[in-house]
Amino acid sequence: MKAFDNYHLPTSVNEALTLLAQYDGRARVIAGGTDLLVDAQAEYYEGQRSHFDALVDVTFLADANEIRAQDGFIVIGCGVTHTQIVASKRIQQTATALAEASAVVGGPQVRNVATLCGNVAHALPAADGTVALMALDAFAQVSSLQSHVISNQWKPLATLFKGPAKSAVDSTREIITALRFRPLGEHEGSAFARVMRPQGVALPILGMAVKVEIREQRLAQVAISAGPVAPIPFRAKQTEEFLRGKILDDELLRQAAQILTNEAQPRTSAHRATKEYRHELLPVLLKRTLTQALERAR
Amino acid sequence: MTNLNMTVNGKPISIEIEANEYLAAALRYKLGLTGTKIGCDEAECGACTVIVNGTPVDSCIYPALKAQGAEVLTIEGLAQTWAATEPGVATEPGVATEPGVVTEQGVVTEPGSVTTPALHPLQAHFIHQGALQCGYCTPGMLMQSKHLLDHNPNPTTDEIKVALKDTLCRCGAYVAIMNAIQFAAEEMREPNAARQTVIPNLPATKAPLDVIGKPLPRPDAIAKATGAAKYTDDYAFPDMLWGATLRAKFPHAKILKLDVAQAQALPGVRAVLTHHDVPGSKNHGLIYNDWPVLCYDKVRYQGDAVAIVAADTREIAQRALDLIEVAYEPLPVVDNPVDALKPETIIVNDGTGHGNLLKHIHVEKGDIDKGFAEADVIIENEYHSPFYEHAFMEPECSIGRVLENGRIEVICGSQIPYEDRRQIAAALNMEEREVRVRGALIGGGFGGKEDIAAQIHVALLAKATGRPVKMLYSRHESLVSHPKRHATVIRVKTGAKQDGTLVASQATIYGDSGAYASLGDKVMTRAATHAAGPYAVPNVKIDCYAMYTNNPPAGAFRGFGVTQSAFAVESNMDELAHQLNMDPFELRRMNALRIGSTTSTGQVVKESAGLLECIRLVEQEVKRQRDSNLQSPVSKLQSWGFAAAFKNTGLGGGAPDKSAAEVEVFEDGTAEVRSSAAEIGQGLPTVLAMITAEELGLPYENVRVLLSDTDLTPDGGPTTASRQTFVTGNAARYAAKGMREILAETASEYLDAAPAQLTFKDGYVSQNGHKLPFAEIVKRARQENRPTRYLHEYFAPATKPLGVEGDMHFGFSYAAQAALIELDPDTGETHVLKIVTATDIGRALNPLALQGQVEGGIMMCLGNALTEEFIVEKGKVWSDLFAKYKMPSIKHTPEIVSFIVEDEISAGPFGAKGVGEISSIPTTPAITNAIYNACGVRVRRLPVDQDALLLAMRAGKLET
Ligand SMILES: Cc1cc2nc3c(=O)[nH]c(=O)nc-3n(C[C@H](O)[C@H](O)[C@H](O)COP(=O)(O)OP(=O)(O)OC[C@H]3O[C@@H](n4cnc5c(N)ncnc54)[C@H](O)[C@@H]3O)c2cc1C
Ligand code: FES
Ligand code: FES
Repeated sequence: MKAFDNYHLPTSVNEALTLLAQYDGRARVIAGGTDLLVDAQAEYYEGQRSHFDALVDVTFLADANEIRAQDGFIVIGCGVTHTQIVASKRIQQTATALAEASAVVGGPQVRNVATLCGNVAHALPAADGTVALMALDAFAQVSSLQSHVISNQWKPLATLFKGPAKSAVDSTREIITALRFRPLGEHEGSAFARVMRPQGVALPILGMAVKVEIREQRLAQVAISAGPVAPIPFRAKQTEEFLRGKILDDELLRQAAQILTNEAQPRTSAHRATKEYRHELLPVLLKRTLTQALERAR
Repeated sequence: MTNLNMTVNGKPISIEIEANEYLAAALRYKLGLTGTKIGCDEAECGACTVIVNGTPVDSCIYPALKAQGAEVLTIEGLAQTWAATEPGVATEPGVATEPGVVTEQGVVTEPGSVTTPALHPLQAHFIHQGALQCGYCTPGMLMQSKHLLDHNPNPTTDEIKVALKDTLCRCGAYVAIMNAIQFAAEEMREPNAARQTVIPNLPATKAPLDVIGKPLPRPDAIAKATGAAKYTDDYAFPDMLWGATLRAKFPHAKILKLDVAQAQALPGVRAVLTHHDVPGSKNHGLIYNDWPVLCYDKVRYQGDAVAIVAADTREIAQRALDLIEVAYEPLPVVDNPVDALKPETIIVNDGTGHGNLLKHIHVEKGDIDKGFAEADVIIENEYHSPFYEHAFMEPECSIGRVLENGRIEVICGSQIPYEDRRQIAAALNMEEREVRVRGALIGGGFGGKEDIAAQIHVALLAKATGRPVKMLYSRHESLVSHPKRHATVIRVKTGAKQDGTLVASQATIYGDSGAYASLGDKVMTRAATHAAGPYAVPNVKIDCYAMYTNNPPAGAFRGFGVTQSAFAVESNMDELAHQLNMDPFELRRMNALRIGSTTSTGQVVKESAGLLECIRLVEQEVKRQRDSNLQSPVSKLQSWGFAAAFKNTGLGGGAPDKSAAEVEVFEDGTAEVRSSAAEIGQGLPTVLAMITAEELGLPYENVRVLLSDTDLTPDGGPTTASRQTFVTGNAARYAAKGMREILAETASEYLDAAPAQLTFKDGYVSQNGHKLPFAEIVKRARQENRPTRYLHEYFAPATKPLGVEGDMHFGFSYAAQAALIELDPDTGETHVLKIVTATDIGRALNPLALQGQVEGGIMMCLGNALTEEFIVEKGKVWSDLFAKYKMPSIKHTPEIVSFIVEDEISAGPFGAKGVGEISSIPTTPAITNAIYNACGVRVRRLPVDQDALLLAMRAGKLET
């Protein structure tokens, strides 16, 4: 029944990576466990008997529980929970979309242990934190042992995903030790919104995050991310391109929505949403997030 | 094994645990702190919430080792966090400690031997506001609330909703919970003020008697609020083994081979049993004996039990299941009731000798063709409703033990203890008196704990091993195995005159009763007899087919079939009102059942019919609010919808409906009332204590209640059909009366008055200013060798079977409800803002418990409309985790405005009739009718699907 035998609580990255190396693929990183442990149970009932010799908890690593400013970035450690994100004044002010996304993950007890890094590492295209981070052009620091030496590499978030629940990070050998992004400044704003279904799984039907920068009334920069509209987290490049440099009005919004519905490829997921419904929601969420972000940028 | 050191409730502790153990399990099974409950093991329900280093976490998936060195606070330590700051907080007046707690050793503690603890303000106000019913969610709810108040001394309802979003209460006590938290916050802001027991704001009811009619807290409230209350899994015995069940791999298959040798060989396994090891009846069942104890020839649904194991640990038992070899030959799967009836379809179960047809129910009155010929307008539609899950917060658990004299004892949370005993004895080939069924507290039932779950299995395993055996279902196992609410297809045709008079009502109903009968034919009979709605219709024809399929069995579920037919009928009625351009209230009023009208089954309503009053009250309130509340947000559509309903009280249909209760009086001036009737959170002990106290003239606190022990309490019959207040209430009342008459004989000699002239009141017996304490009378009665116990077996008024002239039921409860909803036109999302409800329940015996039933029923039916759907695909359960079955949470809770109509029924105890189900029936159609009024789309399929709704709105379609 239990998906693991041992549970380790290392206090340094080195110790954690060494443990993983010792188990040689038979141990896995765990943070809040709200995806890992719950999924393992669901899989068990489906007849799968996946098993880890050990879980290596990364929430007690030194400095892992901090949200800090460094080199012009906001850096979020791998022990930082959604509750911390929501409570952080800095994030509320300079990455509002992320605070909004973390605020809707699960309920308070889940948010108290679930981490933002875990949300990313789980690699679902609709994960709320991931959707927000995509719009913020975030990076992830992937730490691993390369011939007994720790290697830390900052990678663009978008390069971390291979498919639904398939991460490019190998959580049996590598750790996402931190996330970072540039805090929004003056004339910038961001927003997140999602639509849920009251029945069935707690995965959003559609989530969207937007970041804008305004110069002389014009949309100097626009970033739009949405999920699930593709097997991996998605940036609406064509829509962003179309909007860039323009002044937002109803007509422009209508045209942007048209482009967005063309470039996004939502699918029907059983017991969750039809493709057609998701198509209807794309313009709705675009309008909600874009107007909200613009208001914040002003 | 590794060492875990932590501080729990202020005390340092050190225990040995497995590295893969979770905190909830360590607290419960290693430390015996069973106040922390497990509802799901998947971070969905919050029942297991404890506070670790100041942060509330779901302890069910919190690796115990993570708490190394931490400060952990559980429900057991909550009171002391307040007492620590506030020494000497008064105990609660008016609340007795839990009467007769059965301890682990099986000893019944003497009442009063548990001292009342000083309570945390949250605990005190939860008790007084009625914020706990079955109590299973209460520990988690309190811990999460404590954390909220620690950080926010004055939370708004919106802030409470955010904090408790994922802490679920299936009894639906959310309104009371929010009130309790706010009162507690108030008290905590003024820590020096004395505790005020705030009486909740309840609807007006008749002036109370001495005890009856007062909003009294539950007798078990303190135990439930402090974590002391014991549910089955909270019991443990020395040498106890863990059981596990191998379930079917296919929804329909022949069993070709069954080999348990490997499982038996696994170290730590003590027994592996199959159908070969069932010495007695191979089948069980409440009405039809059609459900294998362990499958022998074939499996009929995914939850079917094929083999059972007892082992030293739960893990080993579970592992042993993987080693049992079963060879199957899959058979075609029958996945809906309409196909099931086709002659070419394979037979799933021939339990009643009619193939897949469990029962054809036919209701006929007048001449249906003539009726439709007279109609000016005819509305005909087809409605669909899925299976629904009870989702009681406490998963099923049973413990079997062999007693010293060779008898078998089963401890479980059962809605029908004597039925359990009968079925256990039959399977074990024992006499019924050789089996003792002892009910533990039940964490919610709602109809889902009437059938046998593991009761027989643990008895078999205990007998085979000679050791106590516990079987605790995981949430997954609970979901796939126990009976559901019937999925239905209902075609209804309604005919009316231009002025709105109903002239004909016809319905064809297909009910999916799944693999086994359970109470399926009774449930579908109720669906059929209520399918013309609470209206007097001269011409009625209803055909209902309860069918066997390869889906999970369907049985009793609060509303008992009427929930489904009410949705269909009330949708049609609403459409009719629109077609006729009539006020929907007026249409219902014109046709409502009243004194003198005849129901579809030919029963003449002679008394206690408060439907007209219910409609009047709701209409008045809605019209008042409509006038005063016209401004609505620009982007969302707000609308009202209306529906009415009725529901029988008691079994009816000619079934002998009886219950027995015993009252015993003691020399300390107390009394005990006993019956094997189940308390599933609805408040039965409160009502029995109140009735007994009223009749004996005792203070409420002086009456203890002992329920559900087949050795100690007489048979109270099933807890179903909203019958317990009526039948067991009456049994208790007559038993108390009988007891009083005996005491009166003694007292009359000392007080020099005729027995009939004596007054029993406030613990005294008096006449003309002379009085003697009740205790004294008992003492003297005993000296006179008079009996101090009185047993009464009560028979409810006789009823007639369907199709036979006369009364099919001895009474009905009525309700009318209006829902105010808000529909987001951009997304199709629906939120219920307000429910106005009026309920006729005869007499409000306890307005506090009644309010809990009304609000809880509404929440459950709101789920029925908007959030819940138990999905089964080709016989395979998709909704096999709480993560895939969403019950309403506190954030769905609307404002509820409740009116109580007390149209007394002469045979009821103090005029009371059924309460438990009626309020949960009209909510769904009230909501779907409101949706129509908001957007012009009729909902024909439950639950409301925002996806389909939006697409229909966009496409200009009129229905989904
Ligand atoms: C009731 C409930 C409701 C939920 N609701 C939502 C919701 O609304 N929106 C949403 O997006 N999610 C939701 N979730 C999912 C989950 O809570 C989040 O995705 C959460 O952020 C996961 O974080 P975690 O720390 O618990 O991850 P874990 O479960 O510990 O890990 C998840 C995966 O990532 C890996 N991993 C974790 N941390 C690292 C790391 N630092 N480096 C490398 N690999 C790592 C693990 O090996 C595992 O494969 C919900 C979960 C539950 C139980
Ligand atoms: S959340 Fe832990 S038991 Fe449900
Ligand atoms: S009281 Fe909340 S689940 Fe029963």
